[in-house]
Amino acid sequence: MSRVKIAVLDYGAANLVSITQALSAVGAEVSVAASPSGLAAVEAIVVPGVGAAAPAMDQLQERGLVEPLRDWVRADRPCLGICLGLQLIFDASDEGDAATLGFLAGRTVGLQDAPTLPHIGWNSVNAVRPHPLFEGVADGSYFYFVHSFAPIPEDEGIVVARTTHGRPFVSVVAKGSLLGLQFHPEKSAAAGLRLLSNFVGLVAASSAGSSEVA
Amino acid sequence: MLARRVIPCLDVANGRVVKGTRFVDLTDEGDPAELAGRYAREGADEIVFVDITAAPEGRGTTLEVVRRTASRAFVPLTVGGGVRSVDEMRDVLRAGADKVSFNTAAVAEPRLLTACARRFGRQAVVCAIDARRSPQPAGAALETTAWEVVTHGGRTPVGLDAIEWAQRAVELGAGELLVTSMDRDGTRSGFDTELLRAISSRVRVPVIASGGASGPEDFVVAVRDGGADAVLAASIFHRRVYSIDSVKQAMAAAGLPVRPVGQAAA
Repeated sequence: MSRVKIAVLDYGAANLVSITQALSAVGAEVSVAASPSGLAAVEAIVVPGVGAAAPAMDQLQERGLVEPLRDWVRADRPCLGICLGLQLIFDASDEGDAATLGFLAGRTVGLQDAPTLPHIGWNSVNAVRPHPLFEGVADGSYFYFVHSFAPIPEDEGIVVARTTHGRPFVSVVAKGSLLGLQFHPEKSAAAGLRLLSNFVGLVAASSAGSSEVA
Repeated sequence: MLARRVIPCLDVANGRVVKGTRFVDLTDEGDPAELAGRYAREGADEIVFVDITAAPEGRGTTLEVVRRTASRAFVPLTVGGGVRSVDEMRDVLRAGADKVSFNTAAVAEPRLLTACARRFGRQAVVCAIDARRSPQPAGAALETTAWEVVTHGGRTPVGLDAIEWAQRAVELGAGELLVTSMDRDGTRSGFDTELLRAISSRVRVPVIASGGASGPEDFVVAVRDGGADAVLAASIFHRRVYSIDSVKQAMAAAGLPVRPVGQAAA
């Protein structure tokens, strides 16, 4: 079986080394895409990111990546948002009062009643419902977080897991093939690699399904 | 609940891990990427590299160490030592680091913290503070204890109050403070709990305790009494005096939240 081809979006906001290395370590063929042409031959897109929403949106616009990404998600092709990448797929963010991609209904807001900010470190991720992304990962496992904001989805049905720092916030969402993680699987040791491996498996299954149709 | 972190620190000089007492008498402790990988497997919550030579001509070596480490240790990586500008920080992040810590450069140019926080976010900006107890008059009350900031690897007192500098660094943009007691560093006589408490009670960002770890009980005290969010140590891990697991077990036994070692896929 050929390796799953995944593009990691480069919009100047993230350390791409860790996520590309981690995806490679779990068997994916990873490329970095800084323009729409980089998305031509891949089976999944990963939207990484650390930093502020407004400059990230500016960069995505400038590189012509917003519309291709919108078409991709509309077609329900596999897409994984990580940290800021998760926040960007919602409608808007309080961070810099930015309009974001709007693939999911909801707004990104500051963490409520957090004892420390930013929320930096390992925290447990508690399942709201089972999801194949967490196959083989014990409920309550610790993952690495670095953020001060988190999205509030309008549709409770897309919430897969929550984490508590002060008050509980949404740490994992899934709607069809659109997945989002508030934590960094590429920095979360064995549990994170398992989750990325599950993602690669889901992409492979999705590609197999669509090629049967085609 | 947020786990209290256990962080091995690797002092790096010319591409090798070294360790000395109070920044002198350095001995070779191994290859940085190899050691970092070992610690990640053994349950380290994060790895801190400090380039103690901090010479501009050694920058390429440090970036290469970061690159090699990021390809095998899938845990957060903080790099400090000699980063003096936004562009230098960008290079370190691009090599695979998650955070950069500033020490001497931040004291000399405090606005550097602000510039870097604006560009990369506060979460990526760590202010490292090396503090030494100021001499006290005999019989002085505990509340009058003061600490002075020292820079250049502990060699230069700069006439700054460590507690005030900590608060100012956070206002300027630091998302985390790495607080090292220079009285305790390398002495294995326990962390300076009073120093930690004085800082952690005044800031809302995470405080990493450093300098003086002798055994698992010191980690418990630094968190429980010092209010530290994370505890950093070097020599007791390098020399396998204690494992990361034994430290975490002691912390868990004391009721502190930790990420269990060997939490793997179920």
